[in-house]
Amino acid sequence: MELYSLTLEEARKAIDRGEISPVELAEAVFKRIDTVEDKIHSFITVNRDNALAQARQAEQHIRQDIKHPLSGIPLAIKDNICTEGVRTTCSSKMLENFVPPYESTVTKKLRDQGYVLTGKTNLDEFAMGSSTENSAFGPTRNPWDITRVPGGSSGGSAAAVAADMCIAALGSDTGGSIRQPASFCGVVGLKPTYGRVSRYGLVAFASSLDQIGPITKNVKDAAILLNIISGRDLCDSTSANLPVPDFTSAAGKDIKGMKLGIPKEYFIKGIAYEVGSSVRQAIKQLESLGAVPVEISLPHTDYAVAAYYILATSEASSNLARYDGVKYGLRVEGEDLIDMYMRTREAGFGAEVKRRIILGTYALSSGYYDAYYKKAQQVRTLIKQDFEKAFEKVDAIVTPTSPVPAFRAGEKTDDPLQMYLADIFTISVNLAGVPGISIPCGFTSENLPVGLQIIGKHFDEESILKIAYAYEQSADWHKMKLEL
Amino acid sequence: MQYEAVIGLEIHAQLLTESKMFCGCSTKFGSEPNSQTCPVCIGMPGVLPVTNKKAIEYVIKTGLAVNCDIAPYSRFARKNYFYPDLPKGYQISQYELPLCGHGFIEINIDSETRKIGLTRIHLEEDAGKNIHEGAGNYSFVDLNRAGTPLMEIVSEPDIRTPQEAVEFMKKLRSLVRYISVCDGNMEQGSLRCDANVSVRPVGQKELGTKTEIKNMNSFRFVEKALDYEIKRQIKILREGGKIIQETRLWDSDRGITESMRSKEEAHDYRYFPEPDLVPVEVDDAWIERIQAQLVELPDSKRKRFSSQYGLPEHDAALLTSERAMAEWFEKAVDLGGDPKAVSNWMMGELMRLLNEENRQIEECSLKPGQLAGLLNLIDQGTISGKIAKTVFEEMYRTGMDAAAIVKEKGLVQVSDESEIEKVIDEVLAKNPGEVERFRGGEEKLMGFFVGQAMKMTKGKANPKVLNELLKKKLGNL
Repeated sequence: MELYSLTLEEARKAIDRGEISPVELAEAVFKRIDTVEDKIHSFITVNRDNALAQARQAEQHIRQDIKHPLSGIPLAIKDNICTEGVRTTCSSKMLENFVPPYESTVTKKLRDQGYVLTGKTNLDEFAMGSSTENSAFGPTRNPWDITRVPGGSSGGSAAAVAADMCIAALGSDTGGSIRQPASFCGVVGLKPTYGRVSRYGLVAFASSLDQIGPITKNVKDAAILLNIISGRDLCDSTSANLPVPDFTSAAGKDIKGMKLGIPKEYFIKGIAYEVGSSVRQAIKQLESLGAVPVEISLPHTDYAVAAYYILATSEASSNLARYDGVKYGLRVEGEDLIDMYMRTREAGFGAEVKRRIILGTYALSSGYYDAYYKKAQQVRTLIKQDFEKAFEKVDAIVTPTSPVPAFRAGEKTDDPLQMYLADIFTISVNLAGVPGISIPCGFTSENLPVGLQIIGKHFDEESILKIAYAYEQSADWHKMKLEL
Repeated sequence: MQYEAVIGLEIHAQLLTESKMFCGCSTKFGSEPNSQTCPVCIGMPGVLPVTNKKAIEYVIKTGLAVNCDIAPYSRFARKNYFYPDLPKGYQISQYELPLCGHGFIEINIDSETRKIGLTRIHLEEDAGKNIHEGAGNYSFVDLNRAGTPLMEIVSEPDIRTPQEAVEFMKKLRSLVRYISVCDGNMEQGSLRCDANVSVRPVGQKELGTKTEIKNMNSFRFVEKALDYEIKRQIKILREGGKIIQETRLWDSDRGITESMRSKEEAHDYRYFPEPDLVPVEVDDAWIERIQAQLVELPDSKRKRFSSQYGLPEHDAALLTSERAMAEWFEKAVDLGGDPKAVSNWMMGELMRLLNEENRQIEECSLKPGQLAGLLNLIDQGTISGKIAKTVFEEMYRTGMDAAAIVKEKGLVQVSDESEIEKVIDEVLAKNPGEVERFRGGEEKLMGFFVGQAMKMTKGKANPKVLNELLKKKLGNL
């Protein structure tokens, strides 16, 4: 087995036993990048020199018997998470040369635990998209079939994990941006409860929905990373002041008697046949492990996508106002101040970002606020209540992650609405603020991965990790390897 | 037709917190441009605001001081607009749910008390400053002020005259200084005022079209600008014209208000709840803790000064207009000074000397105990009231005690009758003509003799003794 194929847990053990060194591991990963990155284009910035220095430092720590859980582990970070001294572009021309003067809370935590930053991964510009095609630096391809998209917006991270160009990665999820690419790329992606992980240093798309989470080769690794990045952060007022349990202890626990809600609204229309059958098969498998499927209703599901695209774009229109050419990032000179603003934003933002800024600006405008923003907030409350009601009866909810497997590159780029519908099963989870995980649950006849989404109660990542782990161990889809 | 003005004020007060509203940067005034900034107040990608608890407490404190309801649940909102001094492209402010609502301030106009309602008080962050001078074709941006906590106090349209507006501002300034939440410096911009002004025929209920006046950075300009604007509006209406709803800028050099932007050009700020901050929840225990820290406020202090020290209303009002002044007064009284005498000396000599040097009482080297000491010397007859003025000024300039000055300069009052008699005899001998006229019935010459005798004793003669002896001598002649 190649070193780059190791999971986080395996790599940790191998390093701790002295079987491999962090430098060997980092070199193996970079060699893998050299071999396959041309086909995939997962990275915007490959951090080779720094990473090797970090790996050498890890070796020194190990020699000094300083033990950190991530010591010498090569991870990839989505390029909308600020890394001090390492360019952070958000896949936008606007921030093409932006080098943050500060470190995000999550990467600071990873750094404190000795991680090796392999590189910064591609995304849809400012995390707006579902295919990683809206990148100013070119699209990422799906390692299972390079004519297809890896999903998005964390497509670079998901593809890098699937193609073994890192041991694990971080992504961000506003409406499905971790889970949907994880499902397209056959890896594990976890969106934690809103407030579980600090957003400080995550370049904001929609502040009330954004959440950082792990993308990994298996469930256990997701739990390991979640342990490290979770917790109250004084720099993020919306981070929850709650104790963080040891998520890895969820692995291996019995799921007998756990009630799994199957929302009837999620299994009716538009689901690709093979996705539907894989997910139903997975539910049977969970039943055989002792879980009890219960049909539930999430009656406001139909309104989720509409509400989401009002709220997310409204917040985005405000969050992206700071890119004005005055302080940092791109500036295109103009005849006067307004002209400079317009030229800068015209040149700096891509079409999808502009579309969303315009949509959000409109929704917040005086005279429209009540009809759009306020109404959407009311829908959000109803959706939240749908989940609360459902969770009175069940321990977790199981759905497909995406109605379809990875689609072809360019297939939906001309039809934004079709693209938005790719997130139909993941969006409600962000609106409700609950945690969700996507794990592989089968393959289509074209050998494309299918993802199973497990949704939990607020701050109950343990239950979904428990179910995900039990399923994963019984099904072994995570051991499927792709060829490049 | 007679018109009356309807005025509402919006006051921005910079809070005296050490650090900014949403980050740890210093709020110090006048530092090197952009030296008090960090990723948060510069609006770097990915940063998040964290609320300054002290700023919230200061607003609650103000709310309590002006009889407001304190909201148990309030929320920040984003006010969106583009400007180079606004790094995030939005200002974090409060919109639908402010921290305080429904208060009032009482002002005194022509010895009548008027109640001016307060609509709300909310908390927001200040913007930076654009600098156009010395930048050639460019402008510079200084973000030191960006993120400084700002409290906005909005009055009801209860104000009817520019004088009332000024009284309201003075009262508010006095209050915020009393409770130490704002330094009240209008020139440096830590206290700023905008006004909504309209006029209507006397007796009409509904409001006329209003204009908003900005840029009035002193009490004098508030009065002048409002006066100008009211006259301008009345003139337009008298001539059959219509008031245009707009924002107008006060130009203090030319003494006029000028159109800045019309209603059509007004920004759509697209307010919405700030998703990066959790709502502010204020429970009763917190309010009580803040209430307990509240000092005695000017109004109740004024009433107490009147009743406890028997001061006239005017004196009590003046002495309590500034907290430092009131404290100085009470200290002097505590140390033995007669209240009325202390008040007279403070409002007369002390104010005169401070005004001459344009200084505040805090900056004065004369201590309350020293005034009490001086008053003691007068009471004991050691010095005359006249000499005391000289001694007071000397104390003010040198910081020395009265007794030491009196001793050093030999200013002790002469009360010895034989000594004074000698002086009188000399005065009468030197001025036989005046003595003659006095005898002839010109009794007002008494003052002349007193003056001559005082001159000879360098003012040290005990005036009471001198007067008695003079009367006796002149009567016996």
